[in-house]
Amino acid sequence: MKMHRAEEIWLIISVSVLVLSMVVTGYQTFAQGMGPPSNMETIDPQKVDEHELFSEPGVYKTGENQYEVVMTLQIFSFTPGDIEIPAGAEVTFTMTSKDVVHGFQIAGTNVNAMVMPGHIQKITETFDEPGEYLILCNEYCGAGHQAMATTITVK
Amino acid sequence: METAVLKETFMDKTNKKLGVNPEDALVSKVYLSLAFILLLVGGTLGLLQGLNRAGLLQLPVWLNYYQILTAHGILLVVAFTTLFMTGYFYAGVSHTLGGLTSKARKFAWSALASLLVGTVMIMTTVVMGEASVMYTFYPPMQASPWFYIGLVFLALGIWLAGTGVFVNAASWKKANRGQKLPLFSFFAVGGYLLLILGSLGITAEVLMLIPWAFGWTETVNVMLSRTLFWAFGHTAVNVWYLVAVSAWYVAIPKIIGGKTFSDVLARVVVILSVILNVPGGFHHQIIDPGITQSVKFMHVFMSLSIALPSLLTAFAMFAIFERAGRKKGATGLLGWFKKLPWKDVRFLAPMIAMITFIPAGAGGIAQTNNQLNQTVHNSLWVVGHFHLTVGVTVALTFFGIAYWLIPYLSKRVMTARLNKLGLIQTWLWAIGMLFMSGSMHWVGLLGSPRRTSFSTYGDNATALSWDPYLMFLGIGGTLLFAGVVLMVYIVFHLMFRAPKGHTEFPIAEEEENASPTPKWTERWGLWIVLAIAVISMGYVIPIVDMIVNAPPGSPGFKTW
Repeated sequence: MKMHRAEEIWLIISVSVLVLSMVVTGYQTFAQGMGPPSNMETIDPQKVDEHELFSEPGVYKTGENQYEVVMTLQIFSFTPGDIEIPAGAEVTFTMTSKDVVHGFQIAGTNVNAMVMPGHIQKITETFDEPGEYLILCNEYCGAGHQAMATTITVK
Repeated sequence: METAVLKETFMDKTNKKLGVNPEDALVSKVYLSLAFILLLVGGTLGLLQGLNRAGLLQLPVWLNYYQILTAHGILLVVAFTTLFMTGYFYAGVSHTLGGLTSKARKFAWSALASLLVGTVMIMTTVVMGEASVMYTFYPPMQASPWFYIGLVFLALGIWLAGTGVFVNAASWKKANRGQKLPLFSFFAVGGYLLLILGSLGITAEVLMLIPWAFGWTETVNVMLSRTLFWAFGHTAVNVWYLVAVSAWYVAIPKIIGGKTFSDVLARVVVILSVILNVPGGFHHQIIDPGITQSVKFMHVFMSLSIALPSLLTAFAMFAIFERAGRKKGATGLLGWFKKLPWKDVRFLAPMIAMITFIPAGAGGIAQTNNQLNQTVHNSLWVVGHFHLTVGVTVALTFFGIAYWLIPYLSKRVMTARLNKLGLIQTWLWAIGMLFMSGSMHWVGLLGSPRRTSFSTYGDNATALSWDPYLMFLGIGGTLLFAGVVLMVYIVFHLMFRAPKGHTEFPIAEEEENASPTPKWTERWGLWIVLAIAVISMGYVIPIVDMIVNAPPGSPGFKTW
């Protein structure tokens, strides 16, 4: 197949853009640790309450301005809800679902993760800006999905 | 002997004079009529959602938002598109291969029966409130088993429709040894092949869900189901896109008075689409647990590779326009742009569809990159994205096809008045989608979630700040609904009312000096093997991992 010169140039430029985007994505993922939430641990979805971690959901201090939020998602709520943390805190959310598939999103941040029954999902964010952030479920989970929300307040 | 020859020439002449034979026309007319009836139903549901989401309409208790969203999605993303594709491809196969074989017609009718049974089963369960599970029906949400059985009938319908085209193409090849399959039919074979490859995963998924929904098995593997779904979910929309692309390569050059850019290039686009597409579905699971970052990164490559055929197409289209414009005497760098037939709806509708694919495709490329995906996943941004790709690029091309395909089938002609209505329809659609999709993209970036009925989350300040954008969404949705009504009117007018006459099936010719198409383009066996190789590269590692390292399964939930 013979190609037009202009077409070659077009393809070289556009494919370079694609490759460049991959390089950036790969660099951010593997060198800077900014990859998407991909935790590999599993859990029995019918025995979440008996799990060593999820039997007691809550906010735990793990270090100097570091926190772990152990959270269960179930129709149509987040446990714990109305979380408060100090400004500048690095918070790791460790989550699982007790029933169907849910989404964990904090509006105005890049925190966005799928939370599935049988899987433990983790995502970490540092909250520098004080204020009240809206946490919402962004995966349709049933009749009350539009009410599944809570807040995290950074003081 | 002599009479046989005479009879043949006579048949040939009548075919040319009278156009499509009535039996073949009936197949396509029935498919297309049903497609546009479903468009009207799905569009009406879309209007209700748009108005609800804008906070303007409180739905009555008996009509749940998620119920109509499920129906809207399945009717428009699966049923309308499959029916249109089949009506259009069978008409073109009949036209380019000298009529359908009776076997192919039988396949088309049995496919229709299967598709209808499936659609009725699915819609009945949704209307009864037994299946408000969305187009994606992610387990462990558990719908009525009849919903999943309906899906099996849909898949069966797709296979039957595809087989009919394969059988017809094969018998044509046998009768015309050494000749290349006409480009239109090449697209039809490629389109169905890809759709069938894509439907394998979802079929496997549904066969696991049926015994679970009946209660014969207790639990289901959530991750595996989701992954199998997306092997279909994303491939399907790429098939609809490929159907639209077929009209861009085959019909549009003829409509604007130009020639095919390159027959070989068009075929390479089909082949690449068939080989590369299926693993693209993985980019719907970028922020899932249970899939390693390495696998996700490999899938950035697999998803981006799908952009390649589109980039080839983009170049070819503008080359066709420029050549056609210059032939009409255009000068200067961009003079050809003005020479295009902007007042001809058969050109305007697909042209806007193509232009829309520039931002739509770019948005797709952006959001398949892992970190960027994380910022928009499951937000209204994504809904805005696929209303550009499927809602404009695909739908508006389908509308553009209808303006000549339907009068061709009904042996009528489009009048100047209908052309004018068509132009209005096209602009309504474009402006409506600009409002709707534009506001969806924007408010999605701010964090407003998809698939959520109107909610202020207890008057939360952040959520309240989204309301003005959602108002634009409602306005856009209303314009689009007007567009749907107008389009359905035009379609049925062209089918039953427009003046009798002859309408041509536009098939572009090749340039005189075009290089001959090499024979390797028709090595379908090889393309299937390569497609399976690419599918294996994409899926073997994660799926084995999901099965071997699976957590205990999930029981079903009915949460609506």
